[in-house]
Amino acid sequence: MSIKVVIKKSTYFDSVSLMSLSTKANQLPGVEQAVIAMGTEMNKEVLRNVGLLTAEVEEAKSSDLMIVVKAETEELCDKALAGIEELFSKKGETKGTSEIKYATIDSAAKSIPEANLAIISVNGAFAAREARKALENDLHVMLFSDNVSIEDEIALKKYAHEKGLLMMGPDCGTAIIGNVALCFGNAVRKGNIGIVAASGTGSQEVSVRIHDFGGGITQLIGTGGRDLSEQVGGIMMLDGIKALDEDEATKVIVLISKPPAPSVEEKVLAQVKQCKKPVVVYFIGGKEEAVAAAGGHFAKTSKEAALKAVVLAGANEDELNKRALNWPLIEEVRAKLTPEQKYIRGLFCGGTLCDEAMYSAMETFEDVYSNIQKNPDYKLKNLHESKAHTFLDMGDDDFTNGKPHPMIDPSLRIARFLQEAKDPSVGVIVMDFILGFGSHEDPVGVMLPAILEAKQLAEKEGRHLEILGYVMGTDLDTPKFEDQVNKLMAAGVTIASSSTNAGLLAREFVVKGA
Amino acid sequence: MSKINELFSSKLHAINVGIEFFKDDIIKQQANATHLEWKPPGGGKPELIAALDRLENAELAEKIEAANKLAVERIIQSQPMLVGFDQAINVVPGMTKTTILHAGPPITWERMNGAMKGAVTGALVFEGLAKDIEEAERVAASGEITFAPCHEHNCVGSMAGVTSSSMFMHVVKNKTYGNVAYTNLSEQMSKILRMGANDESVITRLNWMRDVLGPMLRDAMKIAGEIDLRLLLAQALHMGDECHNRNNAGTSLLIQALTPYILETDFTKEQKREVFDFVASSDYFSGPTWMALCKCALDAAHGIEYSTIVTTMARNGVEFGIRVSGMPGNTWFTGPAQKVIGPMFAGYKPEDSGLDIGDSAITETYGIGGFAMAAAPAIVALVGGTVEEAIGFSTKMKEITTAENPNVTIPILNFQGVATGIDIRNVVQTGILPIINTAIAHKEAGIGMIGAGITYPPAEAFEKALLTLSERIS
Repeated sequence: MSIKVVIKKSTYFDSVSLMSLSTKANQLPGVEQAVIAMGTEMNKEVLRNVGLLTAEVEEAKSSDLMIVVKAETEELCDKALAGIEELFSKKGETKGTSEIKYATIDSAAKSIPEANLAIISVNGAFAAREARKALENDLHVMLFSDNVSIEDEIALKKYAHEKGLLMMGPDCGTAIIGNVALCFGNAVRKGNIGIVAASGTGSQEVSVRIHDFGGGITQLIGTGGRDLSEQVGGIMMLDGIKALDEDEATKVIVLISKPPAPSVEEKVLAQVKQCKKPVVVYFIGGKEEAVAAAGGHFAKTSKEAALKAVVLAGANEDELNKRALNWPLIEEVRAKLTPEQKYIRGLFCGGTLCDEAMYSAMETFEDVYSNIQKNPDYKLKNLHESKAHTFLDMGDDDFTNGKPHPMIDPSLRIARFLQEAKDPSVGVIVMDFILGFGSHEDPVGVMLPAILEAKQLAEKEGRHLEILGYVMGTDLDTPKFEDQVNKLMAAGVTIASSSTNAGLLAREFVVKGA
Repeated sequence: MSKINELFSSKLHAINVGIEFFKDDIIKQQANATHLEWKPPGGGKPELIAALDRLENAELAEKIEAANKLAVERIIQSQPMLVGFDQAINVVPGMTKTTILHAGPPITWERMNGAMKGAVTGALVFEGLAKDIEEAERVAASGEITFAPCHEHNCVGSMAGVTSSSMFMHVVKNKTYGNVAYTNLSEQMSKILRMGANDESVITRLNWMRDVLGPMLRDAMKIAGEIDLRLLLAQALHMGDECHNRNNAGTSLLIQALTPYILETDFTKEQKREVFDFVASSDYFSGPTWMALCKCALDAAHGIEYSTIVTTMARNGVEFGIRVSGMPGNTWFTGPAQKVIGPMFAGYKPEDSGLDIGDSAITETYGIGGFAMAAAPAIVALVGGTVEEAIGFSTKMKEITTAENPNVTIPILNFQGVATGIDIRNVVQTGILPIINTAIAHKEAGIGMIGAGITYPPAEAFEKALLTLSERIS
């Protein structure tokens, strides 16, 4: 056993720093016992107690730094002393100015006066409380969380309305405010078209189509899916329309929703009538007469909504590539499908994309089933088994309960796809691939192995399996739109140029000749 | 212009609560976003959220705000003055020859931990109530000794807090509100009674403190009249103390203030020399003094109906207890005392540590100590090592406090006042617990101090307080 002592004359360190150094020194390899302390009587006493009081230590003054090391060999002692020297010279890295962290909306709002909006995506059980705190602090709110009660939604929206604030959501995945996409959104050009939407992917689709037609967006306000229900009464859509009507940069307004409650539709159309600006109304499955009577511009599809908006905003319709349906392609696919291959299976991440495709199928077929069917006769009883024409919104609560959204985690959709691909009655499987903020970094890439597997399987069985893909995104989005489309085409997937066309192509592929 | 239209034309700055990549996406788009370190309020417990909601009822919230404003004003405006030193039996309310005061919430002899038992038995020997430690244990268990929390007698006590009748006390008077607080004299560091040590050297020192140090300080203060402690505290923070674990500057300031009067007392030169040597033997001499200052200020804020401000945090080595202004008197809310994590003296290991003990958390309750770590970069080792972390702790505490004390400021934070007035609502809402930096006593009786570090109160003390108070006032 060896003891080594180093006394540094007139060297001061705070006792707490030395305790900390001692603790670290005792962890150095080979160290039996290490004490680093000022030479005070008390510290010498400690050394005496542990049997380390040498003559040198005895002589140390209270202003001297003592380093005492006990180890198996002299060599180890020297090593340890070198290690301790290193501890003294090693300073923690500083990160420069530290970012101040806040725990509550209250404290953040008070400390950041320029804060103007809160995005809330916490568990639904806590979300309403946080949204209220944000509104109390005069912040506009984007409430991404789902599972917020309708009572809470009404109370929050009334409160926001009184305060003149936006209360987007709950269950609102998409908004573009001041050219910044919030949560799930695409990179679209700045322009003169404003959108108020009660549907997330529906509004993403319209914004992407507007971009594709050369137009751009001022603001995209997401209201949350229940805003146009009887109970909520369209509070946010009405406030959104008013704000866009007042907004100088906005020339045309587009409204998007799944079918609203009739009384609310009336209210919204009454508001449309008041508007100084042209308003395009795309309520899925809606009727033209009421919209026309209010002076609005009716759109039957998302593509039509985008097209009308850009034309009203000043584009020359004749110069636009309207991306008409490819009829020769349709004929070609029809010829490949056997008489048994009668059905469409739609596997969607986007709820509104699913809805749009389903409505277009319903125009031609009766037996159209879905987990989001309004008609109870055609609502899928067993979610795990498709029937006739089936359109699944895999982002709906039925599928996402306790699991991430398929836009983020595609595993459920992959499994379902393989299941559908084995069904000999299936003519076409249609799927969306959503790009942009919030989405999977490579939605096509994760699906490709399954697509190739299914294609091979069908080939082995001697049937053609038509897979129709729609990539929703702009040329400004990440991942690159073009790369995603090319990957699908290389795998033998047919590409639709819009959500609307995806629905129409899927329908027409399986129409059997009269 | 409507607020919505204002939003359209402003640069976006979002506060993001929940999924973090939403913030990253916004920053990618050249807008601003601040991500919250959010936790479910009340740890997600429905009854706590319901209690928080009840207290947010507009009418009630207004009453609470007013009460808290008053409470914090009283803490900040308090001007605790050192006005004297005297034996506990002469000054402490309710003190008797057979009373032993202890730190923290009430506790019986049987349940006391090693350090507190060591201190109690040592005190009984010191008082002549037992001839040795063995007999002292029998006396302590006999039922003839009255045990009570220091806090219930206007006192605070470091570590075990053990205070007996003939010990000398600081007498600190609140110049603004008139109340008085008391605390023991520092025995300095390591092997001392308040850390649970009780051998002959400890008793000998206590005797000397009773016979020389105490009387000398008493006589000096008779000449001095009064010393403004808040002024000294503010200076000490500017000189690098946080006045709980680091008292280097404060001790110099205090002895500097006392010295001229000590010199004027009738004690011998040798005795004066002994006193100065004693003070110089460790920097902790002023440690208890700041605790008495804090106690004096916080007592002035106790008992304000509707107030959710914490007026006491104290530990007895078994339980951590708090008192809240709106629950007047001695209503304690408790949870289990926690481990203290930090560097240790050579030869000791974490498993030797007793649990968190002492009334010294009164300093954090006031807003210094752990709350003022940014003022004391020299001892950042206690909080993990970096100055930045120390600053982080001081700013983080503002999340759970109501005000900043303009009378006690921190230079490195641009002279912001220390975070003052812990609100139990904020603690439960944020899940952020007050940070306490404190010494570590050995778990066994008779050994003493073995290290120092940081610890936190148990959340349940605050949760119980919130539930009870919300029932009381809503």
